[in-house]
Amino acid sequence: MSRVREGGWLFWISLALGLVLTVVAVPEVWRPYRPFWLGLLVIWWALETPDRIGLGMAFTLGLTQDILIGTLLGEHAFRLVAIAFILLRFRARLRFFPMWQQALAVLAILLNDRVLTLAIRSIAGDIAIDWQFWMAPVVGAVLWPWLFLMLDDLRRRNRPREA
Amino acid sequence: MRNSENPALFSEQSSGTLRLIGYLAIAAALMAVDHRSDVLAGIQRRIAGLAGPAYWLATAPVRLGRAGRDAVAERAGLVRENAELRKQLLLAQAGISQIDSMSEENNRLRALLEARNRLSLHAQLAGLLEVDLDPYRHRLLIDQGSEQGVRRGQAVMDAHGLVGQVLEPLANRAEVIMITDPGHAIPVRVARNGLRAIAYGTGEVDRLELPHIPFSADIVVGDQLLTSGLGGHFPGGIPVAEIREVRGDDSATFAIAEATPLAGLTRGNQVLLLSYQKEPALPPSEAAASAQASPVPAEAAAATTAEAPQ
Repeated sequence: MSRVREGGWLFWISLALGLVLTVVAVPEVWRPYRPFWLGLLVIWWALETPDRIGLGMAFTLGLTQDILIGTLLGEHAFRLVAIAFILLRFRARLRFFPMWQQALAVLAILLNDRVLTLAIRSIAGDIAIDWQFWMAPVVGAVLWPWLFLMLDDLRRRNRPREA
Repeated sequence: MRNSENPALFSEQSSGTLRLIGYLAIAAALMAVDHRSDVLAGIQRRIAGLAGPAYWLATAPVRLGRAGRDAVAERAGLVRENAELRKQLLLAQAGISQIDSMSEENNRLRALLEARNRLSLHAQLAGLLEVDLDPYRHRLLIDQGSEQGVRRGQAVMDAHGLVGQVLEPLANRAEVIMITDPGHAIPVRVARNGLRAIAYGTGEVDRLELPHIPFSADIVVGDQLLTSGLGGHFPGGIPVAEIREVRGDDSATFAIAEATPLAGLTRGNQVLLLSYQKEPALPPSEAAASAQASPVPAEAAAATTAEAPQ
Protein backbone atom coordinates (compact mmCIF):
# COMPACT_ATOMS: atom_id res chain seq x y z
CA MET A 1 0.00 0.00 0.00
CA SER A 2 2.57 2.53 1.11
CA ARG A 3 4.75 1.43 -1.76
CA VAL A 4 2.21 2.55 -4.31
CA ARG A 5 1.74 5.96 -2.77
CA GLU A 6 5.43 6.57 -2.25
CA GLY A 7 6.49 9.87 -3.71
CA GLY A 8 3.07 10.25 -5.31
CA TRP A 9 2.66 13.99 -5.58
CA LEU A 10 6.41 14.62 -5.66
CA PHE A 11 6.62 12.49 -8.79
CA TRP A 12 4.03 14.47 -10.72
CA ILE A 13 5.08 17.86 -9.39
CA SER A 14 8.71 17.26 -10.24
CA LEU A 15 7.77 16.28 -13.79
CA ALA A 16 5.43 19.26 -14.22
CA LEU A 17 8.16 21.56 -12.95
CA GLY A 18 10.62 19.89 -15.30
CA LEU A 19 8.34 20.65 -18.24
CA VAL A 20 7.98 24.28 -17.19
CA LEU A 21 11.75 24.62 -16.77
CA THR A 22 12.10 23.23 -20.27
CA VAL A 23 10.35 26.23 -21.82
CA VAL A 24 10.97 29.02 -19.33
CA ALA A 25 12.64 31.99 -21.02
CA VAL A 26 16.28 32.63 -20.16
CA PRO A 27 18.73 35.25 -21.45
CA GLU A 28 19.92 34.56 -24.97
CA VAL A 29 23.46 33.51 -23.99
CA TRP A 30 22.21 30.83 -21.59
CA ARG A 31 19.88 29.18 -24.05
CA PRO A 32 22.25 26.48 -25.37
CA TYR A 33 23.20 25.49 -21.81
CA ARG A 34 19.73 24.50 -20.69
CA PRO A 35 19.99 20.95 -19.35
CA PHE A 36 17.63 18.21 -20.49
CA TRP A 37 15.43 18.53 -17.39
CA LEU A 38 13.08 15.69 -18.23
CA GLY A 39 16.07 13.46 -18.93
CA LEU A 40 17.56 14.24 -15.52
CA LEU A 41 14.23 13.58 -13.80
CA VAL A 42 13.74 10.30 -15.63
CA ILE A 43 17.24 9.27 -14.53
CA TRP A 44 16.50 10.13 -10.91
CA TRP A 45 13.11 8.45 -10.74
CA ALA A 46 14.39 5.37 -12.53
CA LEU A 47 17.21 5.15 -9.98
CA GLU A 48 14.95 5.58 -6.99
CA THR A 49 11.67 3.93 -7.88
CA PRO A 50 12.03 1.87 -11.03
CA ASP A 51 8.42 0.72 -10.76
CA ARG A 52 7.29 4.29 -11.44
CA ILE A 53 9.41 4.94 -14.51
CA GLY A 54 9.18 2.21 -17.06
CA LEU A 55 9.79 2.52 -20.77
CA GLY A 56 6.10 3.32 -21.25
CA MET A 57 6.21 6.26 -18.83
CA ALA A 58 9.39 7.57 -20.46
CA PHE A 59 7.69 7.32 -23.86
CA THR A 60 4.62 9.25 -22.68
CA LEU A 61 6.76 11.96 -21.07
CA GLY A 62 8.72 12.28 -24.29
CA LEU A 63 5.55 12.74 -26.32
CA THR A 64 4.47 15.44 -23.84
CA GLN A 65 7.67 17.36 -24.39
CA ASP A 66 7.40 16.92 -28.16
CA ILE A 67 3.98 18.54 -28.08
CA LEU A 68 5.13 21.25 -25.69
CA ILE A 69 8.07 22.48 -27.73
CA GLY A 70 6.84 21.40 -31.13
CA THR A 71 9.59 18.98 -32.10
CA LEU A 72 8.94 16.07 -34.42
CA LEU A 73 6.38 13.88 -32.64
CA GLY A 74 8.38 11.01 -31.17
CA GLU A 75 11.81 12.63 -30.97
CA HIS A 76 11.88 13.14 -27.22
CA ALA A 77 9.95 9.91 -26.72
CA PHE A 78 12.76 8.09 -28.52
CA ARG A 79 15.44 9.83 -26.47
CA LEU A 80 13.75 9.33 -23.10
CA VAL A 81 13.02 5.67 -23.79
CA ALA A 82 16.73 5.21 -24.56
CA ILE A 83 17.70 6.95 -21.32
CA ALA A 84 15.22 4.96 -19.25
CA PHE A 85 16.43 1.71 -20.77
CA ILE A 86 20.10 2.43 -19.99
CA LEU A 87 19.16 3.41 -16.46
CA LEU A 88 17.01 0.35 -15.75
CA ARG A 89 19.70 -1.92 -17.17
CA PHE A 90 22.53 -0.47 -15.07
CA ARG A 91 20.47 0.66 -12.12
CA ALA A 92 21.96 -1.80 -9.62
CA ARG A 93 25.44 -0.54 -10.36
CA LEU A 94 24.65 3.19 -10.61
CA ARG A 95 22.76 3.25 -7.34
CA PHE A 96 25.84 2.47 -5.29
CA PHE A 97 28.29 4.66 -7.15
CA PRO A 98 29.78 7.54 -5.18
CA MET A 99 28.28 10.85 -6.18
CA TRP A 100 31.05 11.98 -8.53
CA GLN A 101 30.98 8.69 -10.42
CA GLN A 102 27.22 8.95 -10.66
CA ALA A 103 27.59 12.45 -12.09
CA LEU A 104 30.06 11.12 -14.66
CA ALA A 105 27.62 8.36 -15.59
CA VAL A 106 24.90 10.99 -16.00
CA LEU A 107 27.26 12.97 -18.23
CA ALA A 108 27.84 9.89 -20.39
CA ILE A 109 24.10 9.19 -20.63
CA LEU A 110 23.32 12.79 -21.56
CA LEU A 111 26.13 12.93 -24.14
CA ASN A 112 24.75 9.76 -25.66
CA ASP A 113 21.38 11.50 -25.75
CA ARG A 114 22.95 14.44 -27.62
CA VAL A 115 24.39 12.03 -30.20
CA LEU A 116 20.92 10.52 -30.62
CA THR A 117 19.42 14.00 -31.02
CA LEU A 118 21.96 14.91 -33.66
CA ALA A 119 21.31 11.65 -35.51
CA ILE A 120 17.53 12.08 -35.44
CA ARG A 121 17.63 15.72 -36.52
CA SER A 122 20.10 15.23 -39.30
CA ILE A 123 17.92 12.46 -40.70
CA ALA A 124 14.79 14.60 -40.40
CA GLY A 125 16.23 17.76 -41.91
CA ASP A 126 18.83 20.45 -41.62
CA ILE A 127 20.52 21.18 -38.37
CA ALA A 128 23.41 23.50 -37.67
CA ILE A 129 25.20 22.95 -34.37
CA ASP A 130 28.20 24.51 -32.68
CA TRP A 131 30.40 23.49 -29.77
CA GLN A 132 27.79 24.75 -27.31
CA PHE A 133 25.52 21.93 -28.44
CA TRP A 134 27.68 19.60 -26.36
CA MET A 135 27.66 21.81 -23.25
CA ALA A 136 24.11 21.10 -22.07
CA PRO A 137 25.08 17.56 -20.88
CA VAL A 138 27.97 19.06 -18.89
CA VAL A 139 25.58 21.48 -17.20
CA GLY A 140 23.24 18.57 -16.52
CA ALA A 141 26.03 16.51 -14.93
CA VAL A 142 27.15 19.45 -12.79
CA LEU A 143 23.58 19.99 -11.62
CA TRP A 144 23.05 16.29 -10.97
CA PRO A 145 24.39 16.06 -7.38
CA TRP A 146 22.26 19.03 -6.29
CA LEU A 147 19.17 17.70 -7.98
CA PHE A 148 19.82 14.28 -6.48
CA LEU A 149 20.23 15.60 -2.94
CA MET A 150 17.26 17.93 -3.21
CA LEU A 151 14.85 15.32 -4.52
CA ASP A 152 16.20 12.76 -2.06
CA ASP A 153 15.58 15.13 0.80
CA LEU A 154 12.08 16.06 -0.36
CA ARG A 155 11.20 12.43 -0.77
CA ARG A 156 12.51 11.44 2.64
CA ARG A 157 10.53 14.20 4.32
CA ASN A 158 7.31 13.11 2.72
CA ARG A 159 7.69 9.45 3.31
CA PRO A 160 5.33 8.33 6.09
CA ARG A 161 7.28 7.20 9.11
CA GLU A 162 6.98 3.46 9.23
CA ALA A 163 9.49 2.20 11.78
CA MET B 1 22.31 -26.03 -13.14
CA ARG B 2 23.47 -23.52 -15.65
CA ASN B 3 20.78 -24.63 -18.03
CA SER B 4 18.05 -23.98 -15.52
CA GLU B 5 19.35 -20.50 -14.67
CA ASN B 6 20.25 -19.16 -18.04
CA PRO B 7 16.91 -19.29 -19.82
CA ALA B 8 15.20 -17.26 -17.11
CA LEU B 9 17.92 -14.62 -17.15
CA PHE B 10 17.95 -14.58 -20.90
CA SER B 11 14.20 -14.34 -21.33
CA GLU B 12 13.97 -11.48 -18.84
CA GLN B 13 16.68 -9.56 -20.65
CA SER B 14 15.31 -10.27 -24.06
CA SER B 15 11.84 -9.13 -23.05
CA GLY B 16 13.35 -5.89 -21.77
CA THR B 17 15.27 -5.44 -24.99
CA LEU B 18 12.21 -6.38 -27.01
CA ARG B 19 10.16 -3.76 -25.23
CA LEU B 20 12.94 -1.22 -25.86
CA ILE B 21 12.98 -2.08 -29.55
CA GLY B 22 9.20 -1.92 -29.59
CA TYR B 23 9.04 1.56 -28.08
CA LEU B 24 11.90 2.87 -30.22
CA ALA B 25 10.17 1.49 -33.29
CA ILE B 26 6.90 3.22 -32.36
CA ALA B 27 8.77 6.49 -31.76
CA ALA B 28 10.62 6.17 -35.05
CA ALA B 29 7.38 5.38 -36.89
CA LEU B 30 5.69 8.41 -35.31
CA MET B 31 8.58 10.63 -36.38
CA ALA B 32 8.53 9.26 -39.91
CA VAL B 33 4.77 9.79 -40.24
CA ASP B 34 4.97 13.25 -38.67
CA HIS B 35 7.84 14.17 -40.99
CA ARG B 36 6.26 12.87 -44.18
CA SER B 37 2.60 13.69 -43.80
CA ASP B 38 0.16 15.96 -42.06
CA VAL B 39 -1.92 13.15 -40.57
CA LEU B 40 -0.53 13.67 -37.07
CA ALA B 41 -0.46 17.45 -37.27
CA GLY B 42 -4.22 17.66 -36.74
CA ILE B 43 -4.10 15.48 -33.66
CA GLN B 44 -1.05 17.30 -32.38
CA ARG B 45 -2.77 20.63 -32.96
CA ARG B 46 -5.68 19.54 -30.82
CA ILE B 47 -3.55 18.24 -27.97
CA ALA B 48 -1.20 21.21 -28.09
CA GLY B 49 -3.91 23.36 -26.52
CA LEU B 50 -3.12 21.54 -23.29
CA ALA B 51 0.36 23.06 -23.30
CA GLY B 52 -1.19 26.44 -22.49
CA PRO B 53 -0.89 26.13 -18.70
CA ALA B 54 2.77 25.15 -18.98
CA TYR B 55 3.47 28.21 -21.15
CA TRP B 56 1.48 30.36 -18.76
CA LEU B 57 3.56 29.15 -15.81
CA ALA B 58 6.80 29.47 -17.73
CA THR B 59 6.07 33.06 -18.71
CA ALA B 60 4.93 34.02 -15.21
CA PRO B 61 8.39 35.28 -14.10
CA VAL B 62 8.64 37.53 -17.15
CA ARG B 63 5.15 38.91 -16.61
CA LEU B 64 5.82 39.43 -12.91
CA GLY B 65 9.06 41.24 -13.66
CA ARG B 66 7.37 43.47 -16.19
CA ALA B 67 4.47 44.25 -13.87
CA GLY B 68 6.94 45.05 -11.09
CA ARG B 69 8.94 47.35 -13.36
CA ASP B 70 5.78 49.11 -14.49
CA ALA B 71 4.70 49.59 -10.89
CA VAL B 72 7.92 51.14 -9.70
CA ALA B 73 8.89 52.98 -12.88
CA GLU B 74 9.63 56.56 -12.07
CA ARG B 75 7.33 59.28 -13.24
CA ALA B 76 10.19 61.09 -14.90
CA GLY B 77 11.09 57.99 -16.84
CA LEU B 78 7.53 57.58 -18.02
CA VAL B 79 7.30 61.21 -19.07
CA ARG B 80 10.52 60.87 -21.03
CA GLU B 81 9.29 57.68 -22.67
CA ASN B 82 5.98 59.36 -23.47
CA ALA B 83 7.74 62.29 -25.15
CA GLU B 84 9.94 59.91 -27.12
CA LEU B 85 6.95 57.89 -28.28
CA ARG B 86 5.09 61.06 -29.29
CA LYS B 87 8.02 62.08 -31.42
CA GLN B 88 8.15 58.67 -33.08
CA LEU B 89 4.41 58.76 -33.65
CA LEU B 90 4.67 62.17 -35.33
CA LEU B 91 7.42 60.94 -37.61
CA ALA B 92 5.49 57.79 -38.42
CA GLN B 93 2.34 59.78 -39.15
CA ALA B 94 4.27 62.05 -41.46
CA GLY B 95 5.43 58.93 -43.29
CA ILE B 96 1.91 57.52 -43.39
CA SER B 97 0.37 60.67 -44.83
CA GLN B 98 2.93 60.51 -47.62
CA ILE B 99 2.08 56.87 -48.23
CA ASP B 100 -1.62 57.71 -48.15
CA SER B 101 -1.27 60.19 -50.95
CA MET B 102 0.77 57.69 -52.92
CA SER B 103 -1.71 54.89 -52.44
CA GLU B 104 -4.51 57.23 -53.49
CA GLU B 105 -2.61 57.99 -56.63
CA ASN B 106 -1.97 54.29 -57.06
CA ASN B 107 -5.69 53.59 -56.65
CA ARG B 108 -6.56 56.14 -59.34
CA LEU B 109 -4.03 54.66 -61.73
CA ARG B 110 -5.31 51.17 -61.03
CA ALA B 111 -8.88 52.30 -61.62
CA LEU B 112 -7.73 53.74 -64.95
CA LEU B 113 -6.20 50.40 -65.81
CA GLU B 114 -9.38 48.71 -64.62
CA ALA B 115 -7.44 46.39 -62.39
CA ARG B 116 -9.91 43.85 -61.14
CA ASN B 117 -8.93 42.05 -58.01
CA ARG B 118 -6.74 44.40 -56.14
CA LEU B 119 -4.89 42.81 -53.26
CA SER B 120 -4.51 44.83 -50.14
CA LEU B 121 -1.95 44.15 -47.49
CA HIS B 122 -3.42 43.39 -44.12
CA ALA B 123 -1.35 43.46 -40.94
CA GLN B 124 -2.23 41.87 -37.65
CA LEU B 125 -0.38 42.52 -34.42
CA ALA B 126 0.75 39.51 -32.41
CA GLY B 127 2.68 39.18 -29.18
CA LEU B 128 5.60 36.85 -28.79
CA LEU B 129 5.20 34.20 -26.11
CA GLU B 130 8.30 34.45 -23.98
CA VAL B 131 9.02 30.76 -23.96
CA ASP B 132 12.16 29.07 -25.19
CA LEU B 133 11.88 26.29 -27.64
CA ASP B 134 14.99 24.39 -28.64
CA PRO B 135 17.90 26.78 -29.33
CA TYR B 136 18.95 24.72 -32.36
CA ARG B 137 15.60 25.11 -34.02
CA HIS B 138 14.89 28.71 -34.86
CA ARG B 139 11.25 28.87 -33.94
CA LEU B 140 9.05 31.34 -32.09
CA LEU B 141 5.61 31.09 -30.59
CA ILE B 142 3.14 33.92 -31.07
CA ASP B 143 -0.10 34.45 -29.17
CA GLN B 144 -2.39 34.49 -32.21
CA GLY B 145 -3.67 31.34 -33.82
CA SER B 146 -6.07 29.98 -36.39
CA GLU B 147 -9.03 31.24 -34.34
CA GLN B 148 -7.67 34.76 -34.89
CA GLY B 149 -7.29 34.08 -38.58
CA VAL B 150 -3.62 33.18 -38.71
CA ARG B 151 -2.78 30.97 -41.65
CA ARG B 152 0.18 28.89 -42.61
CA GLY B 153 2.82 30.74 -44.63
CA GLN B 154 1.95 34.26 -43.51
CA ALA B 155 4.94 36.59 -43.36
CA VAL B 156 5.98 37.73 -39.89
CA MET B 157 7.90 40.97 -39.44
CA ASP B 158 8.90 43.37 -36.70
CA ALA B 159 9.62 47.08 -36.90
CA HIS B 160 12.97 46.53 -38.63
CA GLY B 161 12.41 43.73 -41.05
CA LEU B 162 11.26 40.22 -41.82
CA VAL B 163 11.32 37.75 -38.94
CA GLY B 164 10.02 34.62 -40.63
CA GLN B 165 6.78 32.93 -41.59
CA VAL B 166 3.98 31.07 -39.86
CA LEU B 167 4.74 27.38 -39.87
CA GLU B 168 1.99 25.83 -37.82
CA PRO B 169 -1.10 27.71 -36.67
CA LEU B 170 -2.68 26.16 -33.56
CA ALA B 171 -5.99 27.28 -32.08
CA ASN B 172 -4.72 30.25 -30.07
CA ARG B 173 -1.02 30.14 -30.85
CA ALA B 174 1.16 29.72 -33.86
CA GLU B 175 4.65 28.46 -34.44
CA VAL B 176 6.84 30.73 -36.55
CA ILE B 177 9.94 29.58 -38.40
CA MET B 178 12.60 32.29 -38.46
CA ILE B 179 14.55 33.21 -41.58
CA THR B 180 17.72 32.08 -39.79
CA ASP B 181 16.53 28.47 -39.42
CA PRO B 182 18.88 26.22 -41.40
CA GLY B 183 15.86 24.79 -43.21
CA HIS B 184 14.55 28.15 -44.39
CA ALA B 185 15.17 29.97 -47.65
CA ILE B 186 13.64 33.14 -49.00
CA PRO B 187 13.77 34.87 -52.39
CA VAL B 188 15.23 38.37 -52.06
CA ARG B 189 16.33 41.22 -54.28
CA VAL B 190 18.95 43.87 -53.77
CA ALA B 191 17.19 47.18 -53.11
CA ARG B 192 19.74 49.19 -55.12
CA ASN B 193 19.49 47.35 -58.45
CA GLY B 194 16.87 44.61 -58.19
CA LEU B 195 19.39 41.77 -58.44
CA ARG B 196 17.67 38.56 -57.38
CA ALA B 197 19.05 35.93 -55.03
CA ILE B 198 17.96 33.44 -52.41
CA ALA B 199 18.86 33.95 -48.75
CA TYR B 200 19.32 30.77 -46.76
CA GLY B 201 19.20 30.49 -42.97
CA THR B 202 22.40 29.26 -41.37
CA GLY B 203 21.33 28.32 -37.87
CA GLU B 204 23.09 31.40 -36.52
CA VAL B 205 20.90 34.16 -35.27
CA ASP B 206 22.87 36.96 -36.98
CA ARG B 207 23.78 35.43 -40.36
CA LEU B 208 22.08 34.61 -43.66
CA GLU B 209 23.87 33.17 -46.65
CA LEU B 210 23.34 33.92 -50.34
CA PRO B 211 25.23 31.29 -52.31
CA HIS B 212 25.66 30.93 -56.09
CA ILE B 213 25.93 34.57 -57.00
CA PRO B 214 27.78 35.14 -60.28
CA PHE B 215 31.03 37.07 -59.81
CA SER B 216 29.82 39.56 -62.37
CA ALA B 217 26.76 40.40 -60.27
CA ASP B 218 26.65 43.86 -58.77
CA ILE B 219 26.38 43.21 -55.06
CA VAL B 220 28.50 44.97 -52.46
CA VAL B 221 28.85 45.20 -48.72
CA GLY B 222 26.11 47.40 -47.25
CA ASP B 223 23.46 46.52 -49.85
CA GLN B 224 19.95 46.16 -48.44
CA LEU B 225 18.02 43.01 -49.27
CA LEU B 226 14.24 43.13 -49.67
CA THR B 227 11.77 40.33 -50.20
CA SER B 228 11.28 39.97 -53.94
CA GLY B 229 7.68 38.79 -53.73
CA LEU B 230 8.51 35.92 -56.08
CA GLY B 231 6.86 32.68 -55.14
CA GLY B 232 3.84 34.54 -53.82
CA HIS B 233 4.41 33.67 -50.17
CA PHE B 234 5.76 37.00 -49.07
CA PRO B 235 4.66 40.45 -50.06
CA GLY B 236 7.49 42.15 -51.94
CA GLY B 237 9.59 44.96 -50.54
CA ILE B 238 9.92 43.96 -46.90
CA PRO B 239 13.46 44.64 -45.63
CA VAL B 240 15.24 41.38 -44.84
CA ALA B 241 18.96 41.84 -44.31
CA GLU B 242 22.06 43.83 -45.07
CA ILE B 243 25.06 42.41 -46.91
CA ARG B 244 28.13 42.28 -44.71
CA GLU B 245 30.56 40.19 -46.72
CA VAL B 246 31.01 38.96 -50.28
CA ARG B 247 33.61 36.30 -51.02
CA GLY B 248 34.35 33.50 -53.45
CA ASP B 249 32.94 30.07 -52.61
CA ASP B 250 35.06 26.90 -52.40
CA SER B 251 34.79 26.08 -56.07
CA ALA B 252 35.74 29.69 -56.96
CA THR B 253 33.06 29.77 -59.66
CA PHE B 254 30.45 31.65 -57.68
CA ALA B 255 30.45 34.25 -54.96
CA ILE B 256 28.82 33.80 -51.58
CA ALA B 257 27.37 36.77 -49.78
CA GLU B 258 26.74 36.88 -46.08
CA ALA B 259 24.05 39.11 -44.66
CA THR B 260 22.91 40.30 -41.25
CA PRO B 261 19.15 40.07 -40.67
CA LEU B 262 17.58 43.45 -39.94
CA ALA B 263 14.82 42.20 -37.65
CA GLY B 264 15.61 41.87 -33.96
CA LEU B 265 15.58 38.10 -34.13
CA THR B 266 16.70 37.48 -30.59
CA ARG B 267 13.61 38.61 -28.74
CA GLY B 268 11.25 41.42 -29.44
CA ASN B 269 7.89 41.93 -27.86
CA GLN B 270 5.50 42.17 -30.74
CA VAL B 271 5.46 41.23 -34.38
CA LEU B 272 3.23 41.93 -37.37
CA LEU B 273 1.56 39.19 -39.36
CA LEU B 274 1.10 40.18 -43.00
CA SER B 275 -1.44 38.77 -45.35
CA TYR B 276 -3.01 39.66 -48.65
CA GLN B 277 -6.72 40.16 -48.60
CA LYS B 278 -9.03 40.31 -51.54
CA GLU B 279 -11.23 43.07 -50.09
CA PRO B 280 -9.94 46.64 -49.82
CA ALA B 281 -8.55 47.87 -46.53
CA LEU B 282 -11.33 49.10 -44.26
CA PRO B 283 -11.16 50.74 -40.86
CA PRO B 284 -10.68 48.03 -38.19
CA SER B 285 -14.29 47.93 -37.02
CA GLU B 286 -15.69 47.59 -40.52
CA ALA B 287 -13.01 45.10 -41.43
CA ALA B 288 -14.00 42.98 -38.46
CA ALA B 289 -17.63 43.22 -39.47
CA SER B 290 -16.98 42.28 -43.09
CA ALA B 291 -14.81 39.38 -41.95
CA GLN B 292 -17.91 37.95 -40.29
CA ALA B 293 -20.03 38.42 -43.37
CA SER B 294 -19.59 36.49 -46.59
CA PRO B 295 -16.60 37.53 -48.69
CA VAL B 296 -17.17 40.51 -50.97
CA PRO B 297 -17.15 39.64 -54.69
CA ALA B 298 -14.02 40.84 -56.44
CA GLU B 299 -15.88 43.24 -58.74
CA ALA B 300 -17.67 44.91 -55.86
CA ALA B 301 -14.40 45.22 -53.99
CA ALA B 302 -12.71 46.79 -56.98
CA ALA B 303 -15.63 49.18 -57.39
CA THR B 304 -15.48 50.43 -53.81
CA THR B 305 -11.74 50.88 -54.15
CA ALA B 306 -12.20 52.94 -57.27
CA GLU B 307 -14.82 55.12 -55.64
CA ALA B 308 -13.02 55.60 -52.37
CA PRO B 309 -10.65 58.40 -53.43
CA GLN B 310 -13.45 60.61 -54.73
